[in-house]
Amino acid sequence: MSRVSIQEEDFDVAAELAALEASGGGGVASFTGIVRGEGGLTALQLDHYPAMTQGQVERIVEQAQERWPLLAVRVIHRVGRLGPGERIVFVGTASRHRTAALESCAFLIDWLKSAAPFWKKEHFADGVSRWVEARAEDEVQKARWDPPVA
Amino acid sequence: MLTILYFAWVREMIGLDEERIERPSPDTTVADLIDALADRGGGYAEALADRARVRVAMDQTFVSLDMPVGEARELAIFPPVTGG
Repeated sequence: MSRVSIQEEDFDVAAELAALEASGGGGVASFTGIVRGEGGLTALQLDHYPAMTQGQVERIVEQAQERWPLLAVRVIHRVGRLGPGERIVFVGTASRHRTAALESCAFLIDWLKSAAPFWKKEHFADGVSRWVEARAEDEVQKARWDPPVA
Repeated sequence: MLTILYFAWVREMIGLDEERIERPSPDTTVADLIDALADRGGGYAEALADRARVRVAMDQTFVSLDMPVGEARELAIFPPVTGG
């Protein structure tokens, strides 16, 4: 079972976790991303490529399912305008054992950062706004999941 | 015709969400197409000046700049992604 949602609305973490816990596994892992309010940030604008986003995130989920024995995967990524402290992303995985749940959860969030068509723009109290630059370390985080070179 | 979509700061610099252009020959590469767009000058030249900062998806799949356009219907040009 896997479900991907790209949405403007907030989500209920407790309800999502409860659904994952009901999947029959022995371990549930999750990650919730929150908008940081540093440096006078007033809003974070999330743009995406609507025709591509859902399919691309589903492909990332399929890769996780091929790699680990997962009973359930839930990915929610919000788009639109978000304020500091608001939830932006949720990844939850359920498996029979903790290692698969924890590793697949980390894999999914690392891949979402570098392989799903989302772009962030920061808006600040002084009127300045700027697009967030992709960070080389995000690529490094993603690359740690690459298959080892034979 | 080929639909070209722009996202994030590429969209802002060019000043368009999307446009339709005459279909180039199938062996035209994505890089050739970006060169032709940059040659228009103005926001196009500015947005596409540094090819290392540009990513492309063809019919909603990421492709490298040396990929031929072929029979693609939709090409999207955008900065490296920053989700999560």
